[in-house]
Amino acid sequence: MKHKIFSGIIALELILLAVLLIIGKTALQPEEAEITSRKNLVSALMLTDFSVWTEAHYTRHPSQTDLFTPFQDFPAAIEHFPAGSIIAPGRSGTATRLEFRRQYPSP
Amino acid sequence: MNRHAKILEYALSSLLRRKYKNLGLVVVFSLVIAILSSVLFFTDSLRSEATAMLAAAPQLVVQRLSGGRHDLIPLAYGEKIRRIPGVGKVVPRYWGYYYDYLTRGNYTLLAVDQDRPDLQLLEGSLPTAVGECAIGEGVARAGMIGLGGYLVLADGRGQYAALKIRGIFSASSNLLTNDLVVMTREQLLQIFSQPADLATDLAVQVYNEAETALIAKKIKLLLPDARPITRGELIRTYEAVFNWRSGMVLTMFLGALVAFCILAWEKAAGLSAGEGREIGILKAIGWETGDILELKFWEGMAISLTSFLTGLLIGYVHVFFLGAVLLAPAIKGWSVIFPRFALNPDVSLYQILVMLVLTVVPYTACTIVPSWKAAITDPDIVMRG
Repeated sequence: MKHKIFSGIIALELILLAVLLIIGKTALQPEEAEITSRKNLVSALMLTDFSVWTEAHYTRHPSQTDLFTPFQDFPAAIEHFPAGSIIAPGRSGTATRLEFRRQYPSP
Repeated sequence: MNRHAKILEYALSSLLRRKYKNLGLVVVFSLVIAILSSVLFFTDSLRSEATAMLAAAPQLVVQRLSGGRHDLIPLAYGEKIRRIPGVGKVVPRYWGYYYDYLTRGNYTLLAVDQDRPDLQLLEGSLPTAVGECAIGEGVARAGMIGLGGYLVLADGRGQYAALKIRGIFSASSNLLTNDLVVMTREQLLQIFSQPADLATDLAVQVYNEAETALIAKKIKLLLPDARPITRGELIRTYEAVFNWRSGMVLTMFLGALVAFCILAWEKAAGLSAGEGREIGILKAIGWETGDILELKFWEGMAISLTSFLTGLLIGYVHVFFLGAVLLAPAIKGWSVIFPRFALNPDVSLYQILVMLVLTVVPYTACTIVPSWKAAITDPDIVMRG
């Protein structure tokens, strides 16, 4: 009896996965007209990159930058190049400091 | 068949005797596979989207380098490039970045030139005059502005320009247009205080696609400070980018994977005294070594296959139906303007088989090997421990 329940669960999961994969290949895919519209957009605006990471120019336009570009900007910036995950950021501190001192001893 | 079913029945009863321990194992195993599959599904979908979309990108982009950095390129370079045999149109591109203090977001400013095509993914129209713009959905959301509203940008002289929003790119183009502010060339030059004889880079048309690399080489020889980037390099960059991205996220979850490995190893490699005694008794009452191995195979299979399928289902639903909500913070980085985009599933049988081989097979092997050692030992010794 238990083996039938187990086989039933596995079969159910397999069917569910197959249904999801079929939905993914059909209903979730953009229509041909939609793909053409996006390609027209890329072509008309002469786009070269995805607008995903806007934090730095080398993440906004990875295809237009050099491999060493991340280190020209800011060592603590999170980016996708491997060395960036290994090199630790520099110590952060304030750029200017304003000190107030009492001129005369208080009464 | 009947014999196999009976051994499976016994294996399931054996697992149910330690149900809380095994249930915990299934939960952890499922979660690890859900995370791994989410990362793989997410990055592979982005990669296939990039390959499809960037097929329409410029064939060749020529930049100028100065001091190791991308610099503005003189329009005269375009004239020189145009004279190379095989080169068609050379169109200057005007674009740059703008940090908005109000929203703390980075925008990409882009100029459209003379011919303004009719775009289906744009609500409204492209700008036709100075003082107008079309923006991406992310810019509209960050600035809480809509069609007919105004986007205020500061130019290089500290003057503010209020641009009337003539169009907003639709949400389905978010992956391409989310942070874009499209305006006329005059407007962009004014904002960046850029001389009219300099462009950001040049888009070069090559008549014969196969000659692109050769033309790039000729440009490099003709203009040593130029850097040509071909469409092929562009697509290859994206393939590498998503690999590193997935690599980074995978590294983050490596800890979880290692923890699971320790758990599985502990559970599988070291047979408990109870399990050893069970094997001894089974041998004593007449079970063959092959039967015991089959029993252990089914035990391992029941746990790993259930977990694998459950994890795969969770991963798929997480990425393609819930928009990868758990991965977003890791992928997002420091981006203030981050697109909301729906991914198109692109799952191959190869990916599923790789995950199956990397997870189910080692676990099942871990279960069988120590049991085989126990099964070939004399039952009396095994029972006495």
